[in-house]
Amino acid sequence: MSFPWANEYKPSHPLMQWLDEKLPLPRFVYNAVGAGYPVPRNLNYMWNFGVLAGVCLMIQIVTGVILAMHYAANTGVAFDSVEHIMRDVNWGWMLRYAHANGASAFFVVVYIHIFRGFFYSSYKAPREMIWLLGVVIFLLMMATAFMGYVLPWGQMSFWGAKVITGLFGAIPLVGEPLQQWLLGGFSPDQAALNRFFSLHFLLPFVLAGVIILHIWALHIPGSSNPTGVEVKQESDTVPFHPYYTAKDGFGLGVFLILYCAVLFFAPNALGHPDNYIAANPLSTPAHIVPEWYFWPFYAILRAFTSDFFFIPAKLMGVLAMFSAILVWFFLPWLDTSPVRSGHYRPLFRKFFYLLLVDVAVLGYCGGAPAAEPFVMISQIAAAYYFLHFLVILPLVSSIEKPQPLPYSITEAVLGTDEGAVLNANPAAA
Amino acid sequence: MADEATIDPAEVTGEGVRRRDFINIAAVSFAGVGGLAVLYPLVSQMSASADVLAESSTEIDVSAIAPGQAIKAVFRKQPVFLRNLTKAEIAEAEKVDAGSLRDPQTLEERTKPGKTNWLITMGVCTHLGCVPLGAGEGEVKGEFGGYFCPCHGSVYDTAARIRKGPAPKNLEVPPYEFTSDTVVKIG
Amino acid sequence: MVRLFGPLVGLFFAVALLWSFGNGAYVAITEPAAPTAEKLFHKHPKEVEFSFNGAFGKFDNQQLQRGFQVYKEVCSNCHSLKQVAFRNLADLGYSEPEVKAIAKQWATKAKTFDAKTGDAGERDNLPADHIPPVYYAGQGSPPDLSLITKARHEGSAYVYSLLTGYQDQPAELLKQFPDAKTPEGLHFNPYFANLNLAMPAPLTDGGVTYADGTKATVDQQAKDVAAFLTWTAEPKLDKRKQTGWAVLGFLLAATVLAYLAKKNVWANAH
Repeated sequence: MSFPWANEYKPSHPLMQWLDEKLPLPRFVYNAVGAGYPVPRNLNYMWNFGVLAGVCLMIQIVTGVILAMHYAANTGVAFDSVEHIMRDVNWGWMLRYAHANGASAFFVVVYIHIFRGFFYSSYKAPREMIWLLGVVIFLLMMATAFMGYVLPWGQMSFWGAKVITGLFGAIPLVGEPLQQWLLGGFSPDQAALNRFFSLHFLLPFVLAGVIILHIWALHIPGSSNPTGVEVKQESDTVPFHPYYTAKDGFGLGVFLILYCAVLFFAPNALGHPDNYIAANPLSTPAHIVPEWYFWPFYAILRAFTSDFFFIPAKLMGVLAMFSAILVWFFLPWLDTSPVRSGHYRPLFRKFFYLLLVDVAVLGYCGGAPAAEPFVMISQIAAAYYFLHFLVILPLVSSIEKPQPLPYSITEAVLGTDEGAVLNANPAAA
Repeated sequence: MADEATIDPAEVTGEGVRRRDFINIAAVSFAGVGGLAVLYPLVSQMSASADVLAESSTEIDVSAIAPGQAIKAVFRKQPVFLRNLTKAEIAEAEKVDAGSLRDPQTLEERTKPGKTNWLITMGVCTHLGCVPLGAGEGEVKGEFGGYFCPCHGSVYDTAARIRKGPAPKNLEVPPYEFTSDTVVKIG
Repeated sequence: MVRLFGPLVGLFFAVALLWSFGNGAYVAITEPAAPTAEKLFHKHPKEVEFSFNGAFGKFDNQQLQRGFQVYKEVCSNCHSLKQVAFRNLADLGYSEPEVKAIAKQWATKAKTFDAKTGDAGERDNLPADHIPPVYYAGQGSPPDLSLITKARHEGSAYVYSLLTGYQDQPAELLKQFPDAKTPEGLHFNPYFANLNLAMPAPLTDGGVTYADGTKATVDQQAKDVAAFLTWTAEPKLDKRKQTGWAVLGFLLAATVLAYLAKKNVWANAH
C-alpha cells in the first residue's frame, strides 16, 4: 500500500518494460526504497539508523561467509584457525576485525534505532507489527551474537557458553536436561561448538527474512515522523529517492568513518583480553563478562541475589533477564497516550531520559565485577527498568497533559499549511 | 491538490551542467570506487595464504636413493617422483628417437646436465591427474620400465615420457636445482 | 489484560529486587567486605613509550630483533611461541638465509613421526615450521607468549612492567596482611594479578649481548622483549594502521561529498 500520490514506476527503456512485465523487481525496489515511496519530509537523523542496521547486517554476512571459508569448528583447532586468519590469510586480519567490530557496530546502531522508537513511540498503532517484528529481530541478533562469540574458542567463549547455557539449568524440572540438550553434552565441547557454528551461519539469513517482513510491515502505514502526526497530504511527504537516499548516504559515510576508526586503530578495545587465551575447561577467568552489548541484561541477571519466597534467586534472575526484553512486546498496549512523539509529552520525556541513564548505569554495572557497590546499584537500576515499562508508562499515559500538536507535518516544517485553512473552511475545498 | 508543494524528482536531478550536478555525480562515483576497492580484499582472501605459499618449495635429501630406486616425496601437496636411473635405463631412454614420440623430448632435456641419472618428475598423470605406479617398491613399472597409470592405462618410459595410453604429455618436470650433491630443492 | 497484569509483573520484579537490595545492604553494613592484599597492592602497568604507540606508531625492527634475541636466549627455555612461524621472522628484517639458519639452529627440534614404524624422532626446523612448543617440567605452567600482549590489559606495558617489577614484599603489606607472605617458591611482583608468581625474575643486566651494541640493561631488555611480543601478537599492526589512514582519508572525502550532495538534493524541498 502507499499514498495515492506516490510516483508510479514508468520504465522508458524497452528492456526495462519487458522486465517489468515478466518480473517487476525494479518496480518493487522503486516502490520500496525508490522514488515510489513517499516519506514524511521532516525525518531527522534518528531515522538514519534503520538503513544503517541493514548495512551492518550486510557487512556481517559478507565478512562472516568469508571467515567461514577459513575457520574450523573443531575444539582442537578453532582457536588456532582464527589466528591463521589473522596471520596467514590475505587480508584475514581486516576481515576478522571487521566482523568482530561489526557486531558491536550493529548493536550500537540497533540500540539507537530502538531508543528512537521509545522516544517517538514508534510502536503505537498502526505500527505495532513493525515493532513486534523489531523485537524478534533483536532477539535473533542476541542469539546470533552469543553463538558467534563462542566460535573463537577462547576463554571468554568457553565460559560465556557455559554460563549462558547454565541459565537454562535454572528452569525447574526441565532445566538440566534442557541444558544438556543445548550443549549436546555436560559442558561446552565439540558438539556445542559445531552446532553453534551451524546456527551462527543460519540465523543471519533468518534475520534477513524477518527484516524483510519488518520493512514490509513498515510500508503499510508508511514511516512515522518526529511530530508523530500522520501524513495527511502530498505536501507532507517527499519521495524516498533522492531525498532520503541522499541523506542516508551521508549518514552512511559518518557511520563508516566511526566504524573504520575503531576497526583500524582500536580493534580490540571492545573485546576482552581473555579471549586471546585458548579455552581451558579447567581454569575459569577471574571475571567473566559477556560482550558490552549484553551488559545491561547481564546486570539484571546478576541483580537477584536473594531467593524471593519460594523462587530461587538464580531462577528470578533468568526470568527477569528474559522479561526485560519480552516486556518490549507489550509496549504498544502499555503506553496508551494518543500522542506519539516525546516532543509533545513533557512528563514522558523526563522518564525517557531517566530510562536512558538507567540503562547506561545497568550497562556499566553489568561490565563491572560482581561486587559492591555495583550489585546494589544494579538492583535499584533494574527495579526502575521494570517499573518504567510496566508501571510508569501506563500511569504517565493517563495523567499527562500533552502539548498541542501541529495540524500537519507541512505546518511543522513550514510554519503554515494551507490545508489547515482549507480544512477549517470546507466550502473553499 | 497543493501544487506548489509538489516536488518533481526530475527537477531534482535536473538538466544542464551545474556545480551541484557535478557534486552529485562525484559523490556517486566515490561510492562506486569505494565499493570496488572493498571487493579487492574480499576476492584476494581466497588466493593461497602465507602458510601455503611458505611450502611452495621443498628440499629433499637424495643421498639414500640407490641406482634403480625411486622415492615419492611431496611437493606443493602433490606427489613428486625422484628416481636414480641405472645405466641400462639411461641407455634405453636415449635409444629412442625423440622425434617419434607423442611429446618429443630427450632424457637430457628432462634432466640437469651432469645429473642425467636423476629423473625428477611430478607423480601426476597428465591424463586426468591420477598417481602412476612405478616409484614405490614392488610397483608395476609398465611395459616401458618407467611408470604405469592404473586409472586409464597410460604407460611412461624410463624418462617418464608418455609412450602408450590416453595421456597427452610426458610427466611434468617441476622446476628444481641441486643445492649440493645430495640435496635437491624443488620449486 | 496487559494493563492489568503489566503493573503487577513490574511490581513483582521491583519488590524482588528491593528484597535482594535490602539483604545485600544488610550484609554490606554488618559484614563490610574486608580489603584484600591483591586489591590494595596490585599495580596497573607502568606508562611506557613504545614506537608503535598511537595512531601513527610503527614497529622498530632493530628493537624487535633485540627483543627476539631476548626471547630466544631467555624466555624460550620455558615459554612457547606456537602461533609464530620461523618464516614470519622475515618481517623483522632478517634475510631468507638468516631465517633458515635461525630455524636450523633452534634448540628445540621439530618432532617427526614415522607412520610405518610408529617411531617418534626429531629433525631440524624449517622456515615454514612454527616455533616448536616447549614442554616445561618445572613448577607452574608457563603460558604460550604468542598472544600475551593481547591477552592482558595494556599488554605491552604489562609485559614490560612485570619483567621490571620484581621486588621484595613491601613491609606495609606484611603488616596489614601477615598471612599474605609470598609462599616458598613463588616471587613477589605487584604487576601480577595475584601478586605472587612462579617465574623468578628472568632478566639480568648484561644477560644478553646485543649485536647492535645497545646496552643490555634489564630495563632495555624488558622493553625490547615487550615490543617483540607485541609484534608476535599483532604482526599486521603496521599494515593495519597504514590501511586505516588510507581508508579514513577516502571516507572523509566521500562523506564531505555525500553531505554536499544531500544539501543539493534537499535544497529543492525547503
